[in-house]
Amino acid sequence: MTTTLEHRPGTAPSRHRPVLSRNSPTRRGLRTALGIVFIAIMLFPIYWMVNASLAPGGNTLNAQLLPLNPDFSGYASAISDQGQNLVTSLIVAVGAAILSLVIATPCAYALAQFPIRGSGVVLFVVLIAQMIPGIVIANALYTAYNTVGLLNTIPGLILADATAGIPFSILIIRAFMESFPKEIVEAAHIDGCGHVRAFWSIVLPVSINSLITAGIFSFLFAWSDFLMALTLTTGETIRPVTLGLYNYIGTNDTDWSSVMATAVIASVPAVALMIAAQKYIAAGATGGAVK
Amino acid sequence: MTTTTDAAVPAAHAPPRRRRRMDGSAAVRYGFIAPAAIYLALFFGFPIVKNFTMSFQEYTSATFFSGEAPFVGLANYAAVFADPIFAKALANTAIFTVVSIAGQFVIGMGLALFFRKSFPLSGLLRSMLLLPWLLPMIVSAAVWRWILEQDSGILNQSLKAIGLISAPIPWLTSSDTALIAVVMVNIWLGIPFNVVLLYSGLQAIPTELYEAAEIDGATGWSSFRFVTLPLLRPVVSVVLLLGVIYTIKVLDLILGLTGGGPANATQTIATRSYEMSFIEFDFGQGAALGNVLIVIALLFSVVYLRANSRAMKEG
Repeated sequence: MTTTLEHRPGTAPSRHRPVLSRNSPTRRGLRTALGIVFIAIMLFPIYWMVNASLAPGGNTLNAQLLPLNPDFSGYASAISDQGQNLVTSLIVAVGAAILSLVIATPCAYALAQFPIRGSGVVLFVVLIAQMIPGIVIANALYTAYNTVGLLNTIPGLILADATAGIPFSILIIRAFMESFPKEIVEAAHIDGCGHVRAFWSIVLPVSINSLITAGIFSFLFAWSDFLMALTLTTGETIRPVTLGLYNYIGTNDTDWSSVMATAVIASVPAVALMIAAQKYIAAGATGGAVK
Repeated sequence: MTTTTDAAVPAAHAPPRRRRRMDGSAAVRYGFIAPAAIYLALFFGFPIVKNFTMSFQEYTSATFFSGEAPFVGLANYAAVFADPIFAKALANTAIFTVVSIAGQFVIGMGLALFFRKSFPLSGLLRSMLLLPWLLPMIVSAAVWRWILEQDSGILNQSLKAIGLISAPIPWLTSSDTALIAVVMVNIWLGIPFNVVLLYSGLQAIPTELYEAAEIDGATGWSSFRFVTLPLLRPVVSVVLLLGVIYTIKVLDLILGLTGGGPANATQTIATRSYEMSFIEFDFGQGAALGNVLIVIALLFSVVYLRANSRAMKEG
């Protein structure tokens, strides 16, 4: 029984040959080369963004393949136009990440570690919540925010942006805490340790990796948010950088190098976290969906 | 499993403490869930209910000063469904969703199968692939606007340089090509997500099964057809369902690339809902469109759940 597809007729077939030839150094090298080509195609737009951000300003940008004479005027105008917006984005994203963890972690612990009536409902709502289109939430929040005075405020944006982070964090952290042996928590109870203490000093320290993953993604969700910024702010005082970028490309004679410089700066958190926290990113990428 | 602080508690005090804790136990337990429950009620429960009631009310730009939004029954739905733009938006949503998901899935599956083979740097390359997915969507929209720019964009310049086109294509500004361009960008955006999930699904298939299949003469396409696909089915259905749910509500990308134009060529239910509420200040019709979107998402989830339970019974 040998493979027919991998072999030209005539070569002496043996059980071990195909396995060897399939993993020969040449083949592996070819695969690496092919992989690099695929990734280069996929990441070309990102390279092109960086390239354009380093081109001299003006609305008729000459496309050069390499930024051989980098010009930082795009960054200068990006910082002066969007500096304030970047600070707003940072405050909102950090706030939303903290809020997500504070609200999601105890809930995840409860869902994972003890049965109470209503926990099924909470879990169901969390799963459904991810299906609700953002525009539906924005629609209703605008009228409510208008009444309670949360339009154009940082807390208003933090609360709204956490709509992405909280359900995601509950699912990620719960999945981790479920794998934590219930016996240990029970033993702690027998020793007179209440739920609050068991949560705080036993479960929380060992769950730190899932908290970091949830925190990173909650931060990125809020940093990337555009819809809530677009609908729940009306002035220029509170304006996250995503909305600043949108208004930038909306102007008629677009200064592409400043636009791309802003885009590069707005991408920095995602790139930095991908490099610095790769294993957490990988955990979050699969964890949130399949669980 | 004792903690040092517990040991410090005098033994004589333990029984009353424990009873008090048992009494407060239910309150403590609900205390863990309460913040999340309140948040979910306010930021998911309330919007759904509010959106439902809003869809039966007449909102105008004056509503936010006067506070008056009279009940109008089904008038908003009647207006939405009678609007020719609705039919256009519904068709666009269907095309956008189906073609995007087909493209993302096929390319994503190809790349996932490719990355499963062992070769140097495969892990590094795979993690770099995640980048488009992690960038803010509005950043991707800005970058692609520049790439697709009619006169100086790199796409038209390259196509011209290799002689495929003689005149630049107005990708985002012609109603013939705008939807194609938007779908193309959305496929690019969705590939990383598909690769990640499909790759992790592929990793879960035991290699012995492939070895057994190979002994039975199944390699290449037939091993994919008879080993990979059946075992990957649960992952595939999750990927497709999540794809539908994410794609029908895409808003950032379309607003950033075309704003729904030109001449409604890229208008979807989601962008139309935004437009009705926040441009026209007709929140009633905006809410009605939002509800249409929720119903579509629910329909797909029901189909998914039924298909899943049938597969469970058969399997």
